[in-house]
Amino acid sequence: MGLLSDPNRRRALTKLLTRLNAPICVMCYLAGVAWFMGLAFEPFTLRTYMSENAMGSTMVEERFPAGERALATGREFAAHKKKVGGMPVDWLVKTMQSRGLEVFTQSFTRKLPFPDENKERYMVRGTNVYGILRAPRAPRTEALVLSAPCSEGNNNNQAVGLLLGLAQYFRSQIHWAKDIIFLVNEHDLIGMQAWLEGYHHTNTTGGDWSPLQGRGGSIQAALSLELSSDVITSLDLVLEGLNGQLPNLDLANLFYAFCQKIGVLCTIQGKLQRNDWDTTSGYSHAAQTMMLMVLKQASGRPWGDHGLFLRYHIEAASIRGINSFRQYKTDTTTIGRLLEGMYRKLNNLLERLHQSYFFYLMPSLSRFVSIGYYMPAFGLLAVILLLRVSFHLWDNRGFYFYLTPSSPGVLSILTPVVISHMTGVALYTLPILSQEMAVQHFPVSETEAVVLTAIAIYTAGLALPHNTHRLLQGEGTEEGWRVLKLVALLYLAVLLGCTALINFSLGFILALSLVPIAAFITPHTPKALSAAIMVLLSPGCTLLYCVFVFQELQETPVSLQDGWMLFLSVISQGILDHALYGSLVYPLLALLIYPCWLLLWNILFWK
Amino acid sequence: MAAHRCNIFMLVFVLCGLTYVFVRADIEDTNHVKDAESVAVDIAPKANIGASLRSTKTEDQTQAAEEERQWEAETNPADAPSDNKADHVHDTMQNLDSRPAPYAKDQTQEAAEEERQWEATEVKEADRVPDTMQTPDVPPLTPAKDQFQEELVIRPLHSGDIYASFQFRTMWDTDFLRGSKVSHYRLFPKSLGQVISKFSVRELHISFTQGYWRTMQWGQPFLPSPPGAELWVWFQDTVTDVDGAWKELTNVLSGIFCASLNFIDSTNTVQPSASFKPLGLGNVTDQRFLRYAVLPREIVCTENLTPWKKLLPCGSKAGLAVLMKSEKLFHSSFHSQALHFRPVCQDWKCKSTVWELRQTLNVVFDLHTSGQGKREWSLFKMFSRTVTEACPLASSSKVYVDVTDNPQGELFELSPTTPLLSQAVVLGDRRTYSVYDLTNQATFGQTRSLNMLLRWRAAESGDMLRPLLHGERYVAGYGLQTGEIHTLMYNNHPYRAFPVLLLDTVPWYLRLYIHTLTVTSKGRDNKPSYIHYQPSKDRLRPHLLEMLVQLPPNSVTEVTMQFERALLKWTEYTPDPNHGFYVGSSVISALVPSVVAMDTNSTRECPLFSSFFPCKEESSYFMRVYTEPLLVNLPTPDFSMPYNVICLTCTVVAVGYGSLYNLLTRTFQVEEPSPGLAKRLANIIRRLRGVPLL
Repeated sequence: MGLLSDPNRRRALTKLLTRLNAPICVMCYLAGVAWFMGLAFEPFTLRTYMSENAMGSTMVEERFPAGERALATGREFAAHKKKVGGMPVDWLVKTMQSRGLEVFTQSFTRKLPFPDENKERYMVRGTNVYGILRAPRAPRTEALVLSAPCSEGNNNNQAVGLLLGLAQYFRSQIHWAKDIIFLVNEHDLIGMQAWLEGYHHTNTTGGDWSPLQGRGGSIQAALSLELSSDVITSLDLVLEGLNGQLPNLDLANLFYAFCQKIGVLCTIQGKLQRNDWDTTSGYSHAAQTMMLMVLKQASGRPWGDHGLFLRYHIEAASIRGINSFRQYKTDTTTIGRLLEGMYRKLNNLLERLHQSYFFYLMPSLSRFVSIGYYMPAFGLLAVILLLRVSFHLWDNRGFYFYLTPSSPGVLSILTPVVISHMTGVALYTLPILSQEMAVQHFPVSETEAVVLTAIAIYTAGLALPHNTHRLLQGEGTEEGWRVLKLVALLYLAVLLGCTALINFSLGFILALSLVPIAAFITPHTPKALSAAIMVLLSPGCTLLYCVFVFQELQETPVSLQDGWMLFLSVISQGILDHALYGSLVYPLLALLIYPCWLLLWNILFWK
Repeated sequence: MAAHRCNIFMLVFVLCGLTYVFVRADIEDTNHVKDAESVAVDIAPKANIGASLRSTKTEDQTQAAEEERQWEAETNPADAPSDNKADHVHDTMQNLDSRPAPYAKDQTQEAAEEERQWEATEVKEADRVPDTMQTPDVPPLTPAKDQFQEELVIRPLHSGDIYASFQFRTMWDTDFLRGSKVSHYRLFPKSLGQVISKFSVRELHISFTQGYWRTMQWGQPFLPSPPGAELWVWFQDTVTDVDGAWKELTNVLSGIFCASLNFIDSTNTVQPSASFKPLGLGNVTDQRFLRYAVLPREIVCTENLTPWKKLLPCGSKAGLAVLMKSEKLFHSSFHSQALHFRPVCQDWKCKSTVWELRQTLNVVFDLHTSGQGKREWSLFKMFSRTVTEACPLASSSKVYVDVTDNPQGELFELSPTTPLLSQAVVLGDRRTYSVYDLTNQATFGQTRSLNMLLRWRAAESGDMLRPLLHGERYVAGYGLQTGEIHTLMYNNHPYRAFPVLLLDTVPWYLRLYIHTLTVTSKGRDNKPSYIHYQPSKDRLRPHLLEMLVQLPPNSVTEVTMQFERALLKWTEYTPDPNHGFYVGSSVISALVPSVVAMDTNSTRECPLFSSFFPCKEESSYFMRVYTEPLLVNLPTPDFSMPYNVICLTCTVVAVGYGSLYNLLTRTFQVEEPSPGLAKRLANIIRRLRGVPLL
């Protein structure tokens, strides 16, 4: 006994750890992956349930009758939109006022750092229109939001029509305890960002918007509605928000409960729920749904207009009407009833939604994996890094490596660390700064210039080890790379740990690709093979795989050529998301993860 | 009382004649205002406004002298608001004029200034006596000991909603201050009378409000009140332990009104220095005798209405109170009930004071939720009752309907019609009212019941004149660490600037960073001329901030202040901590330039000679605006999983980690087998003897 206090026994323990280090690491890695894949297996997951008592058993009767009228309003809106060629502000103001709302507008302008080719916009100028239904005998302290985007072309007219119809219907009811804000936002997320920043009087990303005139107190929950056809086959729930934040699970439960009650098909990630969990196809269906959620969450971008609410601690989700070729159709009145029911229940809330989970994955709408279940998968991967630290800290006999007088100075360790971070900073700043220069010298558009500059800097980083060594005096020593590797391992462990706490999916995907190379890279491995593996597992390539996997999971596989184009647009979107909404994935990758990978690259080419 | 005040007046006059002269101008202002309003109300042919009113009146009416008498009689209750307002004006002028001065000067001068200021105040207070005496309560009140009046004002709002305001006034002619024990109550409610005399209350104002008054849609209310419960009390200057009396009083009132007023304690009580001055007669303006508290969370319901109705002489059995059915009153957009108790003059000579209890109830009924969307209102539709009689105890009982926007009946149709009209300047605006006198049997007609019906002719009513002053408040920022309170004050007057007093009470758990206080209007820094700030003490008292700010014409003035959210002790959280914590409304008190003075280019028919100079007399009126309360989330621990968090973690640490750690670090030794019985006995004996053990 006395395993740790007795030096002999302790040595035996460390000996065991060092001798069996590699097998243990491999085991951990496989176990981590297996654990993660097992999360989608139904017996291992929990059934969702409503935690919030205020929304649970209270009776709500849905009586919204005016679906047809809402569609007519939607058509009228479409006509006015076409006539004005954008948001029909005056018409909306007049319509909302005639429905007894207090109406306000907010105008905003936004200049993108570089043109967005996906949505074809650069200088954005728009107006948000919102009407507030003042709850009777309520002191304007709490509010709920229902928003519908005013999209280009013929999209979402029905959503605006239904929003106005619901506004009219809600106005005639007496039981509202919270103000309800009906918002029609222009230019989807940019308008939403302007409105939210105006509402909370913050300015995180340097937008230019006019201040809001009317408010309804602290917003408790929000739903964003997207509806582009008169009848739908199913409703899709979108949860993933900015930086991988998710709304409280009770909001998803509420949606699911009402879909069940009213009899509307509901999906998540566009995938219906299946009952055959014990078959292979049933399992793979659930696994695909969960993987889609993981990929979407890892991207850190808002996947609907609701995504920006989450920063302000407002529980929000997008509801998207989908019209496929299925026989069974649902009309607008039913969707109106569903929304009415949800708002009635949200209106009953006595506290903010807080009872249920904020960290979860959903293999289907009725099943969820809580943080306690999925964290071990990441833990098994992260423990490899610590095992490797112990491996490099102790020699085979179980003694510590002590730094000998000939051990490398601080300088030889600091130089690669500093230089790789400088490269990271360059990767973060240069693409946008140098776009004009690039456009002048090369026949590319601004967007391409930004993306290609980013890729160029990323690739140029691979040449670093050769240049770093020139700065160092003399040869790198054996202790030198060991110390550098220790630093890199600990650095990576801290980075991934923090990332996984905030955004599990991102942390897990990065761990999946970075942990193996971090664990086994040494200067003594075969150079060419190792270099190839390292490049293939670098963050950039991981992103490329993710693009392909995502397309595959969405059942829209792409060719290599298209995949590459998608990859380029994903990079530009990532940079834009950071500039417009403050998404943190791009800076995280550029400033921290990429330099960390460069350190490992340095170790490989240690001389 | 009057003689007493006269003495003070003389004394102070002699002592500081200079100061008196200095302040004189202001007082004259006030007097003018007061004169003008009472004149306008009473339609005495004194000022030119009065004359003009009179001329229109005589044109309108063809009836004879009897009618004329009716006119005068019905204006009688209306002089009360004028009274009220004049006092307001007086007080605020006092504050606005005398307070800023010290802050402009150096700190060193402040003591001297302070003294001067108090003297000035005294002078003014004393000066009020002739002031009030001038208020011509034209028909002197009948010498009856107690008196009761009731009235209902109905104002159709531009939004299509309808505003009904009940006012009940009970006069109590007694003198409970001189130690004489009052045991006989006629009209005045005994439960309240006893409380007031026990705690030596000079003035008491209490309001319970459910909902927020929408100034931008509805215009100004007759009596503003913040959402939740508001209580402010002036004690007599004979009270020594004001805090103790306040504590007891709140608990007693809590019982009387079935409200949570017992939650008023030192953490939400403040003593405003300028915003809340006595509304009745009184020469005490020492804020030590004032206590002010707001409970923004208080929910008002029938349980508060019933005790309030019981204070009326007729209860809800007869008179206008019959209309107050709770199922209808709470099926509305706004509900506010209040009670004001204050000393007023008994007659125009003001030789003695009587106590006035004014109970008010304001309701706004919503057009849209009342069904059908038809713009049509009747007493029955509003209250599901009609009026059949006046309260037999009431000396006057009237229903007023605001027909200002409807002089020819083109906007809405009012039936049954009434020949009686009344004009008054209310909140700086000239209003015309149709009057139904309930003491007159003819009012009820054949059906023996009065059910007024307002039926709109036009679908849209004209644009409302924008309220000249309104306020907004919100919390900016995100996250649970810091935040910023923004208070917006709108001056919608096209060309006049006016000063406002802003009172902010913030609970201690929002730690205000007072150095971040900024006041900006039109993009420029707006330096308040007077700031009174009292920092909070944790768990003892709230922040109090009072400021006098000049609002430039046609502008928005923004007051911002950052705060940090405190982490409470776990027992200090409410049972629903995730709901958030309330911060009471801020109070904006102002002398607002009146609308009447604003319309210099009116098309109204009035003599040219009367309208060249802007009428100074009506130039401003007192107004109080409450902003919305705030709901602020504080960092909240997860209370829902104490079992998981505490028990499970402790178990894991104790059992799992502890045993493993023991296993890893301890070395174990084989102990000797346990000694036999004899040896153990021997050891016990040895221990008793104090000898080393075996």
